[in-house]
Amino acid sequence: MSKGAVGPRKPNPRDFLNVDALLDGEDRLLRDTVREWVGDRVLPDVADWFEEGYFPRELAREMGDLGLLGMHLDGYGCAGTSAVQYGLACTELEAGDSGARSFVSVQGSLSMFPIWAFGSEEQKQQWLPGMAAGDLIGCFGLTEADSGSDPSSMKTHAKRDGSDWVLNGSKMWITNGGVSDVAIVWAQTEEGVRGFIVPRDTEGFDTNDIHKKVSLRASVTSELVLNDVRLPADAMLPNVVGLKGPLACLNEARFGILFGAVGAARACYEAALDYSKERQQFGKPIASFQLTQRKLVDMMVAVNRGMLVALHIGRMKDEGKAGVEDISFGKMDNVRMALDVAREARSVLGANGITLEYPVIRHMNNLESVFTYEGTNEVHTLIMGQAITGIAAFS
Amino acid sequence: MKIAVCVKQIPDPATPYELDPGTNFVARPDDQVLDDTDRYGVEVGLQLVEEIGEDATLTLVSMSPSGTLQGIRQALAMGADRAIIIDDGSLRGADALTTAKVLAAALKEDGFDLVIAGTESTDGYAGVMPQQLAELLDVPSLSFARKVERDGDKIRVERQTQAGYNVVEASLPALLTVTSGVVEPRYPNFKGIMQAKKKPVETKTCADLGVEPVSQQIIQSVEPIPARQAGEIVEDEGEGYLKIVAKLEEAKVI
Repeated sequence: MSKGAVGPRKPNPRDFLNVDALLDGEDRLLRDTVREWVGDRVLPDVADWFEEGYFPRELAREMGDLGLLGMHLDGYGCAGTSAVQYGLACTELEAGDSGARSFVSVQGSLSMFPIWAFGSEEQKQQWLPGMAAGDLIGCFGLTEADSGSDPSSMKTHAKRDGSDWVLNGSKMWITNGGVSDVAIVWAQTEEGVRGFIVPRDTEGFDTNDIHKKVSLRASVTSELVLNDVRLPADAMLPNVVGLKGPLACLNEARFGILFGAVGAARACYEAALDYSKERQQFGKPIASFQLTQRKLVDMMVAVNRGMLVALHIGRMKDEGKAGVEDISFGKMDNVRMALDVAREARSVLGANGITLEYPVIRHMNNLESVFTYEGTNEVHTLIMGQAITGIAAFS
Repeated sequence: MKIAVCVKQIPDPATPYELDPGTNFVARPDDQVLDDTDRYGVEVGLQLVEEIGEDATLTLVSMSPSGTLQGIRQALAMGADRAIIIDDGSLRGADALTTAKVLAAALKEDGFDLVIAGTESTDGYAGVMPQQLAELLDVPSLSFARKVERDGDKIRVERQTQAGYNVVEASLPALLTVTSGVVEPRYPNFKGIMQAKKKPVETKTCADLGVEPVSQQIIQSVEPIPARQAGEIVEDEGEGYLKIVAKLEEAKVI
């Protein structure tokens, strides 16, 4: 039997450059598994969750069963995948909704990673298996109301009292805060910034969810309040001092975002492509018009380019060679790209584009948050600016 | 208890099939995927293994002429213990009876208590292979299982019928076929995916099994499906359902 015609291939509108061929079978199986799960469990209901401002907590356990939580970490119930595979999972999750991807980023990269990288063996044993299973939800408290891009200005502090620590302050814009069982809180101490594991039920610890959001509505965002929170000495993460601790976590999460944003962009492009072939005006599908084809091709090219950038950075990360500046490149440019694609797709969908019947405006609004969180577009620009000029525009 | 699940790798249904102009069989690209209908058989097998416990194993058996393993890895990632692949160039374009003979030889050599197969494959749709296989293995065949229970050395199934189901049982060893949709196949989890490449896959040829493939089925000609006629749109002004019921009665489907 023949193995099919040999010759130039026909481009697949949904994978124009055949990026699939750059992945191995295991990568594709993992990617397809997440895509199928998102199709079964996220896409049918996410518009309602978005409208109602709701994140279904039971998804955490399903994500744990799949192995999504802390998937790129080794041991302690984690799957131990490659960085590329973690990225591909983020792409598929965010093709569903940035809220689902945010949940996984915060759990795996911001809550589990600091325990895994900077925690004691006892802390790892105590927390990581339950978090990998999705039985315990974590959150990450670094940002404060008046301390965003400049985390060194944080006011939350921890003071020694005998062998205990006493924490005071508040954290803002904390994803998963209100649904968390444990918070990783970064606080000023006499030795510098240190990380603390704060169980939900600790006296003096409270959360307030942020309402009236118009972005990331299928995700919980909260304020953490620490009022004389007394913690034993072993609640502190022993193996890191200074901002390099939280920044290392953020670097992990940003890596997921540079893949995730491609998923949101892909979903918007595909929605626009499908719509343009069905929507009839002037007696023909709007895909027949040159202006629409220009938009579709621009979006398609952007999505393919974003995926290649992500895959390249992912491969560098797997080789241990990806620097902070590489992650900034991907996070800055892929999220900007995704936001541009979402806006372009919205225009193709016309009035229908503003409803939750289609995924586009949901992605568009979500991406406004993604543009800003985990290092703003501006900060990533300046990290790269410093890398190419040798001059720091901020300090 | 040794459970064997027959699985098939097929060209990705998401891409258009091509026929080999020489044989009119489906052309097999290098990349193939697990037939979606086989996921149900694997799931039923895994549920039995979990129910029985440590004494039970699940082996995949597949005739896979192209040598691709992507679909097999998927089933291993779901939780199967090992796989036996019959990879032999002479099996390209094999018909259903040849497939049954090859699988029977592999199953006899490896040993089994229960063989599970899908009702029919998504690419070939012959729907006769499992019964041929049961005959060659000389074991009872329980078809269209929607629920499977083991009771000592017996296997009991609810056999899907048009009106409901029959309860049918057979002594082991036996073969059963499962229909799509009877269970919710599990997602392979990431640990399973990572472990799949370490699970044993034995590759055999026809010569290893002592079978000589002779395909007797010849596809004389192939006609494309006639283009679908445009449907009729029923305007609903509150009583649209009556018009639809009338149409369905006219078509004698209700």
